[in-house]
Amino acid sequence: MSDKKNWPLWEIFIRSKNGLNHKHVGSLHAADAEMAIENARDVYTRRNEGVSIWVVESQYITASSPNQSESLFDPANDKVYRHPTFYNLPDEVKNI
Amino acid sequence: MDTPSQHTLEEQFQARVDAEEKIEPKDWMPEKYRRTLVRQISQHAHSEIVGMLPEGNWITRAPSLRRKVALIAKVQDEAGHGLYLYGAAETLGAERDDLIDELHSGEAKYSSIFNYPTLSWADIGAIGWLVDGAAIMNQVPLCRCSYGPYARAMVRVCKEESFHQRQGYEIMLTLARGTEAQKKMAQDALNRWWWPSLMMFGPSDKDSKHTAQSMKWKIKRFTNDELRQRFVDITAPQAEFLGLIIPDEDLTFNEETGHYEYGEINWAEFWQVVSGDGPCNRQRLKARRKAHEEGEWVRKAAMAHADKRRQRKAAAQQQQVA
Repeated sequence: MSDKKNWPLWEIFIRSKNGLNHKHVGSLHAADAEMAIENARDVYTRRNEGVSIWVVESQYITASSPNQSESLFDPANDKVYRHPTFYNLPDEVKNI
Repeated sequence: MDTPSQHTLEEQFQARVDAEEKIEPKDWMPEKYRRTLVRQISQHAHSEIVGMLPEGNWITRAPSLRRKVALIAKVQDEAGHGLYLYGAAETLGAERDDLIDELHSGEAKYSSIFNYPTLSWADIGAIGWLVDGAAIMNQVPLCRCSYGPYARAMVRVCKEESFHQRQGYEIMLTLARGTEAQKKMAQDALNRWWWPSLMMFGPSDKDSKHTAQSMKWKIKRFTNDELRQRFVDITAPQAEFLGLIIPDEDLTFNEETGHYEYGEINWAEFWQVVSGDGPCNRQRLKARRKAHEEGEWVRKAAMAHADKRRQRKAAAQQQQVA
């Protein structure tokens, strides 16, 4: 970090319409949460892209590491029985 | 555990890029890939920010309320584009303040087009039509750039940019269909903005030192000359529709290739403007520095205010606990 006292960085999440999840759209700098929401309004929703905004200071996000993604996601790879296509049913059976 | 050698890592990286996988901020990447992206994305961000200056010059003198709200919205978009892009550069570990300092010291470059003056209202039309048109040509392929955050920022930028170009062309169309004096004004703007717009695509392929590597890394998808040709092919008929003459005596349509052929670009002028000696380089940087310095107390005050509120909230919570 430089000693210039940057405004902290915030990650911005927008719900584009009710019924949909908030989705990460990018980041911006702001002095506090309230300003982060106001700035997010101006930067990310100039054309009605949202009905709700979440802001989280970037330093509080814990992310999984790409180096470990193999060991992290590996356990799901060999469990085909978690998918419906694993089960063989005759064609005559309908609506299942 | 074996640590893969630098060489293997680079090969794996290139394989991912070749497979059209996107590279995300925390993924391993060659240091040069990171540096190239920080340079390109921050230059791009600086261009958006400096690009507000020539157009902002006409906001107070827009000829109607309709034109004025459109121009304000466009300039505001440019600010937004600059912010998306600074955000993308920051995912690579760059600090916002450092990037801004590099712009203000003249160390970082921005698009040379913004070092030309906006002398008449028609220039606002010409900028939207030609400068934003050229920018779109450059930016659409960047939506498929191998670096995820840059590509995503470009998708948003491109969505917004098409309004910019259409509002510019509409201004040109109105002037071209107006009085003799208005038509003359439109022609004069085209005369002055045509060649600098062609220069926006950067040096010719044979002189572009970054192109080959950037194409290999899929940061760039087309060469400067390919994009420039596409721009001329699309723009020449649009000028014809306006009834305006492109200021290039060598401009001809080649029936065989289906492309327009155009005259030699004045590269001496291009390099002069890039190296800081264009008509408005000093003025632009001075305006940027002034805005930044005069805003310093606001940035500090906002920080102090936020700190104070945080402390007050913490104290109130403590009292509740007690």
